[in-house]
Amino acid sequence: MMAFVLMVIFVFAFAVDTGRVQFSLVFPGTLWMAFLFAGMIGISRTYAHEVPEDTLTGLILAPGDRMTIFLAKLTTAFLFMIAMEAIATPIFFSLFNEPWNGSWGPMILVLVLGALGLVELGTLLSAISANLKSGEMIFTVLLFPFEIPVLICTVEATQAMLSVPSGNPWLWLHGLMAYDAIFLVLPLLLYEYLWEV
Amino acid sequence: MKRLFAKDWWIWIVLPIMLLALYYDFIGSPNDVQLGASARILYFHIGSAAVAGIAFTVTAVASIGYLIQRTVVWDIWAAASAEIGTVFTTMILVSGTIWGRVAWGAWWTWDPRLTATLILWVIFAGYLLLREWSDNFERRATYSAIIALIAYIDVPIDYMTIRWWRSIHPVIFTNQGINMPVSMQIPMFLSMGAMTLVFILWMAVRMRLMRAEMGVVDLKNAIRSHIEG
Repeated sequence: MMAFVLMVIFVFAFAVDTGRVQFSLVFPGTLWMAFLFAGMIGISRTYAHEVPEDTLTGLILAPGDRMTIFLAKLTTAFLFMIAMEAIATPIFFSLFNEPWNGSWGPMILVLVLGALGLVELGTLLSAISANLKSGEMIFTVLLFPFEIPVLICTVEATQAMLSVPSGNPWLWLHGLMAYDAIFLVLPLLLYEYLWEV
Repeated sequence: MKRLFAKDWWIWIVLPIMLLALYYDFIGSPNDVQLGASARILYFHIGSAAVAGIAFTVTAVASIGYLIQRTVVWDIWAAASAEIGTVFTTMILVSGTIWGRVAWGAWWTWDPRLTATLILWVIFAGYLLLREWSDNFERRATYSAIIALIAYIDVPIDYMTIRWWRSIHPVIFTNQGINMPVSMQIPMFLSMGAMTLVFILWMAVRMRLMRAEMGVVDLKNAIRSHIEG
């Protein structure tokens, strides 16, 4: 995940001529697109590790609520996303010479809520795709449209924070909170049905 | 010909209603004061939107039914309705794009309503791909039911976009009534009714075809096990 996001930064640096283009206008979009792609690579592997040795059967047979498996997978993916964001965000800012005008609190909040939004449905879709023939393709096709609201809210919130004079990111942060709440509850309700086949 | 429509005798009821709707859409209604004759695409556009909404609601209800009861019939209802709903969503997008070029001067704008509809279309296209690429029946039915329920969240959001956010789409159905003259309401509701009847007819035919497809698969499996066993 980390290597991938660094490669994306590397590619963007050559794809966009920062000397001629006013990069600050597309900076939030570039940042979150890199996180979306890197997240997709990482999250899609969440359940794939269990397939070769069929260790998922062992996990399902273990005493206890199956929900804990989902929550554990979700937490792991979330922590990896946060770690990736924590390392990649300063690199993004420094390599693209983006001045920091915002306040830390809302920026950390948007990174945390954005990471949560990306992993919630991603973990559920990863469980589905692990059991399918063309799983990786289906994961990608389904994840992108579902994550568009996250992308819109995170990009707009980041843009509001970084613009001079700074805008109000809270409308977008509230949207992100609503998305995170809905897509945390829904997989929890539906997750049990996944194991009945 | 007689045998072909023996099961679907009621096509003869749907057909005159469709013709009546077409008459009102093109001849029996006045031109719009500002947009002229181009506004007639509205009847087709709103009719498609109403049917897509109904179709995805049927898919969501049938998906809940499948997850609770695990019977094949729910899966057939959900899949047939999702397929038809996706076709009607395509019709919304195509008719909207053409109309947008005439009314707004642009083929496409990233308006909340357009974005939400496009997301809905892409998600249900993914739903259909998931069904196409799955070989195990039970997995296909369960996974697609889960995806349909998650995707359905976008349907009420899509409906409310023009009420919650600033949009270039006009709000026609308001709390104060229908924001449209009666002479235009008649063709609009007739189109909605005719297209809903087309949806019902299409559902009946598609579900019959799906049952036949499943019968063929069962037959193949029975022959295979007979030869091998």
